[in-house]
Amino acid sequence: MVAAVMTAAEPKTARHRNWATNVNAWLLLLPAIVLLGMFTHYPILATLYHSFFSLGRSGPAEFVGLENYRYMLDDDVFWQVLRNNFIFALATVPTSIGLALLMAVWVDKKIVGRSFLRLAFFTPTVLPMIAVANIWLFFYTPDYGLLDQFLKSLGFAGHNWLGDPSTVMTCLAVMVVWKEAGFFMIFYLAALQSIPPELKEAASVEGASRWYFFRRVTFPLLMPTTLFISINALINSFKLVDQLVIMTKGGPNNASSLLLYYIYEVAFNFWDTTYAATLTVTLITILAAVALTKFVYLDRRIHYQ
Amino acid sequence: MSEIIVNAVSKTWGGVGGVDRISFKAEAGTLLVLLGPSGCGKSTTLRLIAGLEEVDSGTITIGGRDVTHLSPAERRISMVFQSYALFPHLNVAENIIFGLKVRGVGRAERDEKLRKVADIVGLSHLLERKPSQLSGGQRQRVALGRAIIAEAAVCLMDEPLSNLDAKLRHEMRTEIRALQQRLGMTMVYVTHDQSEAMTMADRVILMRDGHIEQNGAPHELYNEPASDFAARFIGTPPMNIISWQDGAMLGVRPEHIFVAERNGVPATVRAVEYLGADSIILCDVKGETVSVRQTGYCSLPAGTQVGLEWQNRHIHLFDRDSGKRLADRAPA
Repeated sequence: MVAAVMTAAEPKTARHRNWATNVNAWLLLLPAIVLLGMFTHYPILATLYHSFFSLGRSGPAEFVGLENYRYMLDDDVFWQVLRNNFIFALATVPTSIGLALLMAVWVDKKIVGRSFLRLAFFTPTVLPMIAVANIWLFFYTPDYGLLDQFLKSLGFAGHNWLGDPSTVMTCLAVMVVWKEAGFFMIFYLAALQSIPPELKEAASVEGASRWYFFRRVTFPLLMPTTLFISINALINSFKLVDQLVIMTKGGPNNASSLLLYYIYEVAFNFWDTTYAATLTVTLITILAAVALTKFVYLDRRIHYQ
Repeated sequence: MSEIIVNAVSKTWGGVGGVDRISFKAEAGTLLVLLGPSGCGKSTTLRLIAGLEEVDSGTITIGGRDVTHLSPAERRISMVFQSYALFPHLNVAENIIFGLKVRGVGRAERDEKLRKVADIVGLSHLLERKPSQLSGGQRQRVALGRAIIAEAAVCLMDEPLSNLDAKLRHEMRTEIRALQQRLGMTMVYVTHDQSEAMTMADRVILMRDGHIEQNGAPHELYNEPASDFAARFIGTPPMNIISWQDGAMLGVRPEHIFVAERNGVPATVRAVEYLGADSIILCDVKGETVSVRQTGYCSLPAGTQVGLEWQNRHIHLFDRDSGKRLADRAPA
């Protein structure tokens, strides 16, 4: 009643204050909106738009409907790089996560030289991908590369690791796992340290073995971290292609090419920008599906503290 | 029989903290309280009994079995932690039966025991909840349930009530005591709250700086404190200790002092705390504070000159240097 009288008495001031708050909020949001709009949302929409048009090399661009997409589905190279990308994701994501967890559990213990180990595991993350690719290029070089020299000293024959379609993907996957695992380890380490030590003590009073405790308590409590890391790793496996520029250029015969690298080639080597736009829309759809799975489905099935 | 015998046990971390050659015995089926200020070694003692810490020297036996070098699980004990240590991703039922599952107890037996225990601790309607959906008191009950389901003869409790509010704490201590007696457990209970110790314990061990200051029944600690430290630690308000002749300190409980009109030790009233059933009169005696408990309401204004009197049979004398109790009832 009192409140009603008050509002009736000062409707103008209240509305004015409301308006001022709104303007204030929008002004604070403005820089982020402008940047995101200009460099993320507008390009996505523009890409989608261009993917429905012809290239227009001889004359104006024409609306061609799904023609570009039809072409994509008929493109053997597209299917190969897509398959490569899924194989690459399947090879790198679980391995780097498993390795990260293993390293984190190890360096979480009270052992001598723990800080040194942590630093050592983290170092590959600090290096730029370009540098990493160059280092590993030397490892894989036929005959005088590190790997071949080592094999030769054991009496094996040399091998052109990056030149052989049957070994090139494995070689790249090993390198990416080496680079990524240390980064993911940091997340696991932080999560491990947030688990109260009494849980371990309570479990040991009950007679739980270390493995039982890890399986039934530690691992479930790490699930939010595992989910976060796996989404990141999956996105990275589609996003990180720097190594291809240095090491293989997608070869031999597209055996190591990934979707994003193919888009780059189509756009800036063949200058077929509308087809590149079409491929980009496909890539964005895949990544959006991954993110959506996390937010809609997986988040509900995981315990968050 | 499941009595606990701690014999000359020491434990330090590089000479810092811990306990120094402590020995005591907890009789089977009784509740023993380890009492003391923080850092006195009471929690360390409990963790040594549990096997969560390794002793430096000495032996620990439980039920006649030397457990000094056994793992916590092999000691066949249960434990309640100050933080409750509930598994946050498991629901109430899964938390309670965690130990049974570890030991591979069959499903039927597990369900049977769970039903019984949930009934005892009053959680039957909350079995599906996660710990984060429970109140502090309910979490405490889950921890209790997990401790008693194994039917271990020895139960160790590390400040189990310190995270609860005053009303709940009072309720739970009655419940824990009743549970201990009903199940006939030998319980070692750590607390820094002297009223908890006095109300629950069959026997209290008062600790200070890693050694035992006094070991006795609650009424012994109250009526015959072994040192001025024990006298000051127990009772609200604690015993008054004032300088006396011949290198001694004189102690007398607030309820044993009465205010006289003329005679007695001269004192000045500084303040009066009215508690309802009684009042605490804070007096100044030659620069030392003496509190006096008087039944009912007291209307003495601050600054009043009064005389304090007590009977000789109510005084305690302590050595000024060692703090140890001097021969009983020395005349003053």
